[in-house]
Amino acid sequence: MAVLVDKNTRLIVQGITGREGTFHAKACAEYGKQFGNDIVVGGVTPGKGGTTHEGWPVFNTVEEAVKETGANATVIFVPPPFAADGILEAVAAELPLVICITEGIPVIDMVKAWEIVRQSKSRLVGPNCPGVISPGKAKIGIMPGRIHKEGSVGIVSKSGTLTYETVHQLTTRGIGQSTAIGIGGDPIIGTTHIDALKLLNEDPETEAIIMIGEIGGTAEEAAAKYIQENVKKPVVGFIAGQTAPPGRRMGHAGAIISGGEGTAAEKMKAMTEAGITVVKSPAEIGEAMARVLGKA
Amino acid sequence: MKIHEYQAKEILRKYGVPVPNGEMVQTLEEADRAAKDLFDKGNPVVVVKAQIHAGGRGKGGGVKVVKSLGDASVASKAILGMQLVTHQTGPQGQKVQRLLVEEGSAIDRELYLGIVLDRAAAQLVFMASQAGGMEIEEVAHATPEKIFKEYIHPAIGLQPFQARKLAFKLGLKPTQINDAVKFMLGLYKAFVETDSTLMEINPFITTKDDKLLALDCKINFDDNAMFRHKDLKELRDLSEEDPLEVEASKFALNYIKLDGSIACMVNGAGLAMATMDIIEYAGGKAANFLDVGGGANQEQIENAFGILLSDPNVKAIFINIFGGILRVDVLATAVVAAAKKLNVQVPIILRLEGTNVEEGRKILEESGLKFSVGATMKEAADLAVAAAKGGN
Repeated sequence: MAVLVDKNTRLIVQGITGREGTFHAKACAEYGKQFGNDIVVGGVTPGKGGTTHEGWPVFNTVEEAVKETGANATVIFVPPPFAADGILEAVAAELPLVICITEGIPVIDMVKAWEIVRQSKSRLVGPNCPGVISPGKAKIGIMPGRIHKEGSVGIVSKSGTLTYETVHQLTTRGIGQSTAIGIGGDPIIGTTHIDALKLLNEDPETEAIIMIGEIGGTAEEAAAKYIQENVKKPVVGFIAGQTAPPGRRMGHAGAIISGGEGTAAEKMKAMTEAGITVVKSPAEIGEAMARVLGKA
Repeated sequence: MKIHEYQAKEILRKYGVPVPNGEMVQTLEEADRAAKDLFDKGNPVVVVKAQIHAGGRGKGGGVKVVKSLGDASVASKAILGMQLVTHQTGPQGQKVQRLLVEEGSAIDRELYLGIVLDRAAAQLVFMASQAGGMEIEEVAHATPEKIFKEYIHPAIGLQPFQARKLAFKLGLKPTQINDAVKFMLGLYKAFVETDSTLMEINPFITTKDDKLLALDCKINFDDNAMFRHKDLKELRDLSEEDPLEVEASKFALNYIKLDGSIACMVNGAGLAMATMDIIEYAGGKAANFLDVGGGANQEQIENAFGILLSDPNVKAIFINIFGGILRVDVLATAVVAAAKKLNVQVPIILRLEGTNVEEGRKILEESGLKFSVGATMKEAADLAVAAAKGGN
């Protein structure tokens, strides 16, 4: 059954007429169609309502799009100055799943938006994330579909390309994935490591989990505690930024060691103590999972 | 984005937050005149402060308290132009090019105020402590109970009762409470309206005559919000940043200079960090962090090569690309063209994976250039470390 994204997903794309929105709407549609799932049902671009774009109906507002298409998920490709507004519009329309790909949203915009999102019925994934894919079913996001293989390993990760790297290591070993959830590299994100772990833990199709974190904040420590107390499935973990200098923002807005908090060493220690198989080298993630599954 | 203390105080002044009177100067003549002005106004004490983007300036000898014009002159001469070394600058220090000459204050108590984002709570938090003048991280670590916190609801902002609570916890006198509340509300307003990510008043002082002052001030802005603050963007002091990082930022390259010998070019921040990690794991050290992003074309690769090669410590270049959206053959073509155009002499080690990887490898093989290609991330890291150690 996988989580978040499957054959029942009816997706709209906010910012569908933009370059990124168009490209990825097509890629998401093509990926789903391989498995008989026509998931993209339309898009939103204010001012272009009533037109069609690449065969999809375009609406002026999310509310209208939901009403006309019966959408139950949205993916946001709106530029950073307007993205928090895009999230709020999706939440106001009560879409159950809101995935925000946009990178570079001001922190204060997200602080305000999150206050509303957290009290809403919607689940937000991201921002600044690659999205979610359930291989063999459907994808919402910017990840390359073809490197994935349907299977039973769930992935939760702050990083995009590092997730692709991990998926590749699994797929080349014949290990498939149930759902890969890119939670994003911003300081404020909707779905956290713990939220994603909870979903994967409850998913009967997921047998084992890979958790990828990076420096900054204390979400990985909290996730380690959660795993220790709640997760019976085997977990393999990796933290990026073991050699990152303190006080510097390593690409992602959230990837910064500040005030001695958020180091890779602390996170790896907490994860190891929680019984997670922690690998030091990013090249060993797939191998470690193969060992855990008895497939090495 | 970081700014200087004098710029931060200028912002506070605009929001009605009291700061000492003073002036930023860049020459010794200006420094003498500024000090004379302050003494002439009847100030018994003047402070000369180095303006660099790093903390710990006092301990490094970058702050001097003086009581005469002659001493002020000596202090300015000693500080202006010095390589100021603090725990935040690294051993090479930072050259002092600006001074803040300001009136001294008769300090009664040294306290602390700060606003930061609490990531776990996803809210801004206002912090106050009686342990002012010390590194707040150390206070937080050793005696967390000495830091008082008020979480701020983003819709209504910091409320007067919250500021009042903090003011009482700081042990301020009843006559100082109203001023303290005004001070804190002003600070919060400044934080939000300037899209700051950090604001610290350390020390926040009370004076012998019961006044409140921001004796020092540190402000960082949110880079992602600078599109709506053209005026604040002007405050950036490029001379405080690494020249290669400044150059890289012109090309929208996400580059951070480090002190190793293996340059990295990677797509994606997470993979870029992981690449630095695997280099260390293989026995080497990364010369930089570089995320070329998802849409790297030939021009961008050329720009990246240019930056990497300007670092004299670089002995090898490790290109680690996972082609998802970015096709490997397109990237390989760009790398070959850029390497030829720039006549790159240091060994280049590539690890390419993803969409159209076979075509990409073929392009490298047929280029006539001597690339080493690692089949896996580990193999490529080993090759890069060996190449850097083979050192030429």
